Amino acid sequence: MNEFLDPLLLSRWQFGLTTIYHFLFVPLTIGLVTTVAIFQTAWVRTGSLKYLQLTRFFGKIFLINFAMGVVTGIVQEFQFGMNWSDYSRFVGDVFGAPLALEGLLAFFLEATFIGLWIFGWDKLPEKLHLASIWAATVGSILSAYFIIAANSFMQNPVAFRINEEKGRAELTNIWELLTNKVALAAFPHTIFACFMVAAGLIIATAAWHLYRNQHLETMRPALKFGLWMMVGAGALTVLTGDQLGLAMVETQPMKMAAAEALYHTATGANASFSVFTLGTPDGVHELFSIRIPYLLSFLSTHTFDGTVEGINNLQEQYVQLYGPGDYSPTIWITYWSFRWMIGLGMSHVLIAVAGLWLTRRGRSPRWRWMWRVAVWAFPLSLGAMIVGWIFTEMGRQPWIVFGLLKTQDAVSPGVTGVEVLISLIAFTLIYGTLAVVEFKLIKKAIQKGPDDAPKEDPETGELQHTATVY
Amino acid sequence: MDLPTLWFFIVGFLFVGYFVLDGFDFGVGMSLPFLGKDDTDRRVLINTIGPVWDLNETWVIVAGAALFAAFPEWYATLFSGFYLPLLLILLALILRGVSFEYRHQRPEKVWKARFDRMIVVGSAVPAFLWGVAFANIVAGVPLDANHDYIGTFFGLLNPYALLGGLTTLLLFFTHGVVFVALKTDGEIRGRARRLAVRAGALTIVVAASFLVWTSVAFGTPASILLSAGAAVVLIGSFLANLRGRERLAFGLMAATIGLAVLSLFLALFPGVMPASNDPANSLTIVNASSSQYTLEIMSWVALIFLPLILAYQGWTYWIFRKRVTREQIPAEAAH
Ligand code: HDD
Ligand code: HEM
Ligand code: HEM
Repeated sequence: MNEFLDPLLLSRWQFGLTTIYHFLFVPLTIGLVTTVAIFQTAWVRTGSLKYLQLTRFFGKIFLINFAMGVVTGIVQEFQFGMNWSDYSRFVGDVFGAPLALEGLLAFFLEATFIGLWIFGWDKLPEKLHLASIWAATVGSILSAYFIIAANSFMQNPVAFRINEEKGRAELTNIWELLTNKVALAAFPHTIFACFMVAAGLIIATAAWHLYRNQHLETMRPALKFGLWMMVGAGALTVLTGDQLGLAMVETQPMKMAAAEALYHTATGANASFSVFTLGTPDGVHELFSIRIPYLLSFLSTHTFDGTVEGINNLQEQYVQLYGPGDYSPTIWITYWSFRWMIGLGMSHVLIAVAGLWLTRRGRSPRWRWMWRVAVWAFPLSLGAMIVGWIFTEMGRQPWIVFGLLKTQDAVSPGVTGVEVLISLIAFTLIYGTLAVVEFKLIKKAIQKGPDDAPKEDPETGELQHTATVY
Repeated sequence: MDLPTLWFFIVGFLFVGYFVLDGFDFGVGMSLPFLGKDDTDRRVLINTIGPVWDLNETWVIVAGAALFAAFPEWYATLFSGFYLPLLLILLALILRGVSFEYRHQRPEKVWKARFDRMIVVGSAVPAFLWGVAFANIVAGVPLDANHDYIGTFFGLLNPYALLGGLTTLLLFFTHGVVFVALKTDGEIRGRARRLAVRAGALTIVVAASFLVWTSVAFGTPASILLSAGAAVVLIGSFLANLRGRERLAFGLMAATIGLAVLSLFLALFPGVMPASNDPANSLTIVNASSSQYTLEIMSWVALIFLPLILAYQGWTYWIFRKRVTREQIPAEAAH
């Protein structure tokens, strides 16, 4: 068979691309729906119209983005069966449950109350309308929980037994599945990272307008809010990332070894963390590097004299355990994605800290180019998010479910390479086009800035909300 | 009733919910060129489903996930076997979904016309292909011992399946047009009523032939009974339309779709995916289902949350119960 038409390779590409694409929108949804809910609460509490303007402004950006999250999400749901049917057969009994819970408990809640919120401005009492956006927020955060619990089963399978006769994994305890220690660490890490992305968007938006000296009365508070959100969420992301690292070393030591391109088991000062390495492109030989002694030991075990296992040692163990084969992921990808996640993430936290300093007590930065730097907070935080997931998912290879099922055994046997190629091309084209449209629409909405505050009805003194229609 | 059987009917219920609800969204989408004389009309049409199409679409996500959790083998075989039709459905749903949200973002005529076309195509393609898919499930497809589909894409486009596709297309179209009559006022409502009668007549002919074919070739006493019920109710809906009883006509259309989908599930029972080449390779409720424990957990969740979900969705429909009129559409899109 033509190597180019290998259904496995094409399916991996397709799953990777479509999931990354879905996740370009999801973090903004999660982060912005929460922000919008907070702004609207501030408005209902204080009656200050600038919060209403901010609610509607970021609400609009949120909605343009939300539509994309929804339509790309359906693709995700169907792809497990379409491209990974043997995977679905093997894990469906375990993995299907959180997905069904996500649908019943989270997606219905989210979809229903978003509709109520968008079209309910003039139809629902103020408090009920506010409650709808909070219900949608709960829905989207719940959905993240369930999907991460499902994903965590792939990283660290728990709460199952193997049914030899049926050739599949079966669930033994739903609670244990939902409290998988990887899920408990990955969920807050991801959510806080989502808040960083939303904070990035808010900072970038506010900086863009302040640079032009416009919409000052709404964009000043927005900037403050965004900066604090970035610093707070950033700190929490680091703390939870540390916990997630511990869980990862325990459950998938190979991934940590690959993250550090550590070939031989190392202890204490030798378990150093390289901040930067120049090496041969395959990552096997090191030419030059900047290293922080003990740090890797500390990250992996929280002690300075801990031992971190190396790739070669783990490879030997795995061959004993699982039979012959290559058990390490693609090293240069894991090595660099791990660094980029931390590097990009930290760089915009720094931007935010600097921003807070420069705008303290109503000041304005002296150098105008700083506004331009601030605009980068958004793409950088989104980038950190994406490479973090690439690290997580590619670092799990060759396993699709760690220790249980290899990716190569998971692909649909009945689907041909041509079929996957057709779908891969179709998704690439349609997603590519939509990305351009979406980007332009969001940019336009951002540049237009907030609308004027709604007027009061001269007789009743109530605000006249314009009804939302398509 | 044992748990796999219970879940067979819960999955059936979720698909009924999906087809009844998103069915009229598809119909409204397809009716744009017939009922919308100008841009304001078309916005009225889209706004009849504006607040609810997303939650209606979510039914298929939940139905798919329930299938995955309760019948992994069925989910795996169906979704990988019907790869290309499902791809087309997904692409269509993507186009439809973004079009609702994007068409009002810019004032240019070309911009709006482009998204209008995408809404029509994005509604018609799934309306047709879901019928093709379900007809093929009922009729059975060739499966190997691992339960993988071994036929071709064109094998799925056999005459019975195409008739099934035409049936759902017309059912949803009429359903949508009746919905428009119920949800709008003025001229557009009059147009929708007249169209509902004409489309209804055609639908009766096509749907009746499909149900007769299903009953003769694959029917069981229970499925035949429901098929007959669906036909009677469909005629009832037509008569209600003639008399201008919009609410009744819409309720009866919903009942028709519900009964027809259920009759297909009953024609399958206790199989879920019959193998047309060798009965030994067929998937049934028993060999496709999840373990007892998983089904127990899922049953508790469904038992507790489905009523709650129905309650808040019903409440949403109640909040948006008023008719949409041209006067409510502001000159410039307002968000
Ligand atoms: C703005 C984004 C962002 C930032 C600044 C960080 N991370 Fe992260 N990280 C993610 C966004 C992210 C993510 C994309 O959300 C991942 C992918 C999977 C997951 O659960 O979260 C992730 C995964 C992830 C994993 C892999 C878990 C696994 O494979 O099981 C580890 C070990 C860390 N992170 C650790 C850290 C540390 C120690 C950080 C800072 C010092 C850090 N992350 C900053
Ligand atoms: C949203 C963040 C995510 C991103 C960016 C992401 C990215 C990727 C990438 C790049 C791959 C290809 C890996 C390879 O083949 O080398 C992949 C594979 C896969 N991921 Fe994810 N993923 C994400 C979340 C999830 C979640 C939440 C699940 C499950 C619930 C999941 C399930 C899978 C599956 C089934 C595969 C295919 C098999 C494989 O190649 O291992 N992913 N993902
Ligand atoms: C870490 C990874 C993921 C997270 C945190 C996540 C979270 C979310 C959120 C918050 C939404 C709703 C809002 C929006 O779409 O903008 C959403 C939509 C969706 N996601 Fe994901 N998702 C992830 C990956 C996946 C994967 C792998 C699947 C496949 C099962 C999936 C399935 C869906 C579906 C079906 C929808 C549409 C729901 C609707 O109609 O509201 N997601 N996701």
